[in-house]
Amino acid sequence: MTNRFFHGVKDGIPIGLGYLSVSFTFGLAAVAAGIPVWAAIVISMTNLTSAGQFAGISMIAATAGYLEVALSQLVINLRYALMSVSLSQKISKSVNTLSRLGISFGITDEIFAVSSTKEGKVGGRYMGGLMLAPYLGWTLGTVLGAVAGTLLPPSVQSALGIAIYGMFLAIIIPPAKKSFPVFFVLMVAVACSCLFRYLPALAGVSQGFVIIICGLLAAGLGAVLFPEKEDEA
Amino acid sequence: MNLIGYILVMAGVTYGVRCLPLVLLRKDITNVYVRSFFKYIPYAVLGSMTFPAILYATGSMISALAGLLTAAVLAYLEKSLLTVASIACVVVFLVEML
Repeated sequence: MTNRFFHGVKDGIPIGLGYLSVSFTFGLAAVAAGIPVWAAIVISMTNLTSAGQFAGISMIAATAGYLEVALSQLVINLRYALMSVSLSQKISKSVNTLSRLGISFGITDEIFAVSSTKEGKVGGRYMGGLMLAPYLGWTLGTVLGAVAGTLLPPSVQSALGIAIYGMFLAIIIPPAKKSFPVFFVLMVAVACSCLFRYLPALAGVSQGFVIIICGLLAAGLGAVLFPEKEDEA
Repeated sequence: MNLIGYILVMAGVTYGVRCLPLVLLRKDITNVYVRSFFKYIPYAVLGSMTFPAILYATGSMISALAGLLTAAVLAYLEKSLLTVASIACVVVFLVEML
């Protein structure tokens, strides 16, 4: 069983370094969306997730309702439930409920990828160590990005409006290039979202619900048409 | 709707999704449709968030299109998130200066 704290810390350092640049971009984008520096930092420290946080700030900027925000967070972060189910098999039976409550806070794509590919079972001390550097990197990057955002002149800040979408494209295009099902799902989602925007009959639906409806529809269609037996991601 | 409320909702839902299965469930999901659905959902959500919103994210649609094109090409070349986002910003900034 893998359960040494420092073994976890060591495995977590590359993740933490990677998170620095992503959360730096989040800090910049949050400030550009009109979110104060302190709130950007608190969001990062309490959420620890990229897609959900980016979605969150764009919905806050659009003054969406709480229900919309809650539903969209649920939909975007649903994949963590799958990872959580999978980790529940991977974590030693000796890990108690209190430790499980702590470990679950740190389930991210990368932390899941590293811990779930360890040989044999993993323990609570290893998981705690593994989460340390990513958490610090995520927080520090947000602080630096948000502060940098406030120091920029207004003309530059307006150009930063595209940052969040640039990030989204950097997340979605590479896998769409390699996997036709992902490409298909994206196209359905984009078409659906454009319909809501440009068809007068549908234009009254708020942005948050459009994302939820189109997300569920596109992923559902993808799952029915292209069920994948073993996903390597 | 205040900022603290938004943060509580975001953090609460995100944590709930992560913790409930780990604490409660002891069985693995084997259903291939459910697994595929979970795999596709982030892309579906990000896709519908990006389009057409990206066209209205800057001062003008011209600069937004320039930024979109730049970001799409860089993303296709698999540049890092920070590279894609920052160069797209620079292009938007330059186009708006014209």
